Amino acid sequence: MESLKFDLENTELRTVNQYLHRPAAELSGKNVVISNPNGAHNIAVGLNAEVNVTIDGHAGYYAAGMNQLATVTVTGSASTGVAENMMSGVVHVKGFASNAAGATAQGGLLIIDGDAGLRCGISLKGADIVVGGSVGSFSAFMAQAGNLVVLGDAGEALGDSLYEARLFVRGNVKSLGADCEEKEMDQESRNILVDLLAKSGHAEVDPDSFKLFGSARTLYNFHVDNAGAY
Amino acid sequence: MCGIVGLLVKNQSMRANIGQLMMPMLIGMTERGPDSAGMAVFTSPVDANALKYSLYAPTADFSWKALEQAFNSEHSDQVTLAVKGNHAILTSAVDTVKVKSWIKQAYPQIHILSVGQSIDVYKDTGLPADVAARYDLPALSGTHLVGHTRMATESAITPAHAHPFTAGTDWCLVHNGSLSNPNSLRRKLQHEGINFETDNDTEAACRFLEWRMREGDDLKTALEHGFDELDGFYTLLMGTKDQLALVRDPFACKPAVVAEHDDYVAIASEFRSLAHLPDVKNAHVFEPSPKEMYVWKV
Repeated sequence: MESLKFDLENTELRTVNQYLHRPAAELSGKNVVISNPNGAHNIAVGLNAEVNVTIDGHAGYYAAGMNQLATVTVTGSASTGVAENMMSGVVHVKGFASNAAGATAQGGLLIIDGDAGLRCGISLKGADIVVGGSVGSFSAFMAQAGNLVVLGDAGEALGDSLYEARLFVRGNVKSLGADCEEKEMDQESRNILVDLLAKSGHAEVDPDSFKLFGSARTLYNFHVDNAGAY
Repeated sequence: MCGIVGLLVKNQSMRANIGQLMMPMLIGMTERGPDSAGMAVFTSPVDANALKYSLYAPTADFSWKALEQAFNSEHSDQVTLAVKGNHAILTSAVDTVKVKSWIKQAYPQIHILSVGQSIDVYKDTGLPADVAARYDLPALSGTHLVGHTRMATESAITPAHAHPFTAGTDWCLVHNGSLSNPNSLRRKLQHEGINFETDNDTEAACRFLEWRMREGDDLKTALEHGFDELDGFYTLLMGTKDQLALVRDPFACKPAVVAEHDDYVAIASEFRSLAHLPDVKNAHVFEPSPKEMYVWKV
């Protein structure tokens, strides 16, 4: 596969992002490595092609935001809002991620090997997030659809005002937010968990060591007859 | 939005160059704070019976020589001011109450930016790079420093409103965020006889914590009281003569990232400001948790 390298020490970020916004057919299958990201904001945002991007170091705010189709790997940490509003594709942070990771993401898979900060998966709208470490307080706040898998612990007010997202937590939950409750692990949820663990490099982790949390559905006008529509 | 930076140099041979090491950190925070910048640096202490005063004159043509002579004749002292533009450091063993009241009466236009045995403070309006050049910040040496770039949100853009703020001796604080109860804090402290120089929210936090420590709290206990009393958003970075301390509000509304290396501990609002530190690839980089106290000793 063709490989291309950009060094942000001597290349404008705009040049790199403009290259990554070329027509999908030109980029498809290419590997792009971005070195010396040095915490710059908005690296590899708005991608819409089946391209593999490696950000080799620490990324700043909104890395891989609005991602579609692309696979973006951050070898270091990611700052606020990594993969925010992702539509599809995969974003993999090998270090830790700061606040609001995967906020409002509608599709695709966000993998964070380390810890995630506060408000991870806030207003999640259908994407999957797997966190190898722990998540901070107010994670999955008002999450509407999708799945959050946490191998470590969760902070305060997990899943506050939750809609129909599933929250799988292996460690301790400091406290549950309003209208979030523990659910029995049904077969469908277990299958989702097993699939996500396999996709995120955690196939060896026992799915039965997780608890499932979901919405008690008392805070919104939910008709269970319509559950299939979600 | 504001930017904070802090650097504590553990490797003794690097302390002479702390200003050089700090410069990319401060410049990296320009976008977060383009209207003012400031720096507190802690140097080796002056004689045990002396104190040094960082002084700021509002005009560039101020005659420091005249102040020096007036001070010496008034106090029968032989001080020599270390002058950098409209900034000067006065070191004297004269009683500190006398020094402060003399400056206030004889030179009411002069601001005392800091008092202590180790601390020097430089702060002014302008882009961080311009402020750094104005006061030759790359030439600083010392054990640790606390810096700030300001984007004003709640009070005026003046040199006095720039950070760091100081109170008491060898104590400074910089702040990214905004407090919602600075007025009630200020009223409370004014009842304790504490005077304020500005209407800035950060000054209230600075004087509150210094007051707690004067009341007998250690730094940790003072910060615990701070969590109870300070309402709003904050990442606070503080310096004492031998420590740096960092706290974030319980909602972690404002950022911070830390790089711990064998040679140094560096703190900044964002990794952008840590990226150019020597051998940072081998530092332990982490995000401090909300409502936790992080203290590093020299």
